[in-house]
Amino acid sequence: MSDMGTYIKRPNRALQFYALIFLIVLYVPVLFIPMFSFNDSIYVRFPLEGFTLQWYVELWAREPVWAALFNSVKVGAVVSIISTGRGGVAARAITRDRVPGRAAIVTFIMMPLVIPGIIFGVALLVLMSQLGVPLSLYTVGLGHLIVCMPFAVATLLPRFEGFDASLEEASADLGENGWWTFWRVTFPVVFPGVVASLLLTFTISFDEFIMAFFLTGTDPTLPMYIWGQLRFPQEFPSVLALSSLILFVSFILVFIAQYIGRMGLDDEKNLA
Amino acid sequence: MAETSLSQSQAQAGQAPERSLRDRIAGKLYRSEALRGYLLMSPTMIILTIGIIIPFFILVMISMWTRDGFGFDTTLTLANYFEAAEKPIYGALMQRSFWISGLATFFTVLLCYPMAYYVAFHVHKNKMMWIILMTLPFWTSYLLRVFAWKVILGFEGVINSGFMSLGWIEAPMEFLLYSQTAVVITLAHAWAAFAILPLYVSLEKIDKSLLEAATDLGDGPVARFFRITLPLSMPGVIAASFLIFIPTTGDYITPALVGGPDAMMIGNLVQLQFGPMNNWPMGGALSIALMLWICAIALVFLFLTRKAQEKLT
Repeated sequence: MSDMGTYIKRPNRALQFYALIFLIVLYVPVLFIPMFSFNDSIYVRFPLEGFTLQWYVELWAREPVWAALFNSVKVGAVVSIISTGRGGVAARAITRDRVPGRAAIVTFIMMPLVIPGIIFGVALLVLMSQLGVPLSLYTVGLGHLIVCMPFAVATLLPRFEGFDASLEEASADLGENGWWTFWRVTFPVVFPGVVASLLLTFTISFDEFIMAFFLTGTDPTLPMYIWGQLRFPQEFPSVLALSSLILFVSFILVFIAQYIGRMGLDDEKNLA
Repeated sequence: MAETSLSQSQAQAGQAPERSLRDRIAGKLYRSEALRGYLLMSPTMIILTIGIIIPFFILVMISMWTRDGFGFDTTLTLANYFEAAEKPIYGALMQRSFWISGLATFFTVLLCYPMAYYVAFHVHKNKMMWIILMTLPFWTSYLLRVFAWKVILGFEGVINSGFMSLGWIEAPMEFLLYSQTAVVITLAHAWAAFAILPLYVSLEKIDKSLLEAATDLGDGPVARFFRITLPLSMPGVIAASFLIFIPTTGDYITPALVGGPDAMMIGNLVQLQFGPMNNWPMGGALSIALMLWICAIALVFLFLTRKAQEKLT
């Protein structure tokens, strides 16, 4: 901190004010969804009519919502485990083993981040139809795997980069084989990254819509269900209630993921 | 007895080279890090190849087919691309997509820059919490965040009904929902986190002693910002621009939910071709054309920024 000039430490009131406004504008639009989900009216408008839990109660009794929820959870769980597992192994290989063409490989893995999702969606749809594979939760899962892989690798790469390779070497010198070195040395060190990656990829898959739109068969995921309901104005309040629940769960999962994911990294930086 | 020992020794002789081959492979794998690395990565690469490269080539192939009644004529032709180039609707939608995405990118980067600057230079405690706070909404459902704006901007939405119940306006403002403005606002809000992170990283990296040196040499805060901070953070600005511009050009959810007919984008057209219009080859051709245009624009943008940087230094 001492290398910072005193003028930088001087608080800048205008910027502080701007930051406050920025955060308010970032969060308030999303908060209108839960607010109106408790409103006792099928119209989403001011003035508010009164408090009700009616829309949530209705939601509870709906069979298709539960079915869609289970579909989303199934896809999310499988996708998060595969993408974290494979992403972790790839991240380890990228950092530890001196592989030629490292930059090209990382660029390739990160490609889905910058290419419009619609292109991946339609390309996979065309592939599946040419292969004669019927659209199902498996095709949605494959699509989500492509979307989640960059995030898993991006979450895990700093973990492998941040830890001292000599720990692994010491374990090998002391007679552990590769398998036990991984479980007793490598895994505990990267564990927070693994948890963060699992939570993050699960949430991304759970909330993903663009790929699912093209690749869903007869079983809709939760976002697909919501999309279908948006056509009916009378369903608006229950969609709001469902959306509030999804947002609530997503916010909590991602917050935990980000917190765990960054915690150890910052500690190491402070120690260094 | 002799026979068995002979056959045994034969078997051993037969096994020996095989085992040594296996040993050799194991040894190579153990010694060659590159080989081991590739082997470890291969499942990931296979998944991504199945998910990215093969579909992409098939998309290119199908884009050269043509629709033939309810099926597809599989003779390869560029007819779809010529049609896309000639029919004004396609060009107009492509242009509009780039215009809307460009505006959204510009405003997002412009509005996020001060925020990233604030966290990089003025926040000293709990930086991590600030970063999480700024990026948290980004990870939650894109569909729902767009939906939130529909609730806000709607004809009877938060703004219109709120202002009316306060007595500020007599009738609902119609321009809010189903306009290009609505799409730009929604996109800028939805993609803010993508701009914040690269901007923050590039600002955080700036050597603070350069700023002190500039001050010591007599630069005021404004001159210091334009001569040191802004040029050094340009990589972040460029990265942020790409990260927002490229994915948003293909967006179809936002125009579909808050855009209306005036703000229909190329993504909506692609979605129509694969859905109700059932003209997959045309949809494929439009997707490929979109990718090519994105590449061209990105290259021009990179070239210009590089030229500008050369001129500055």
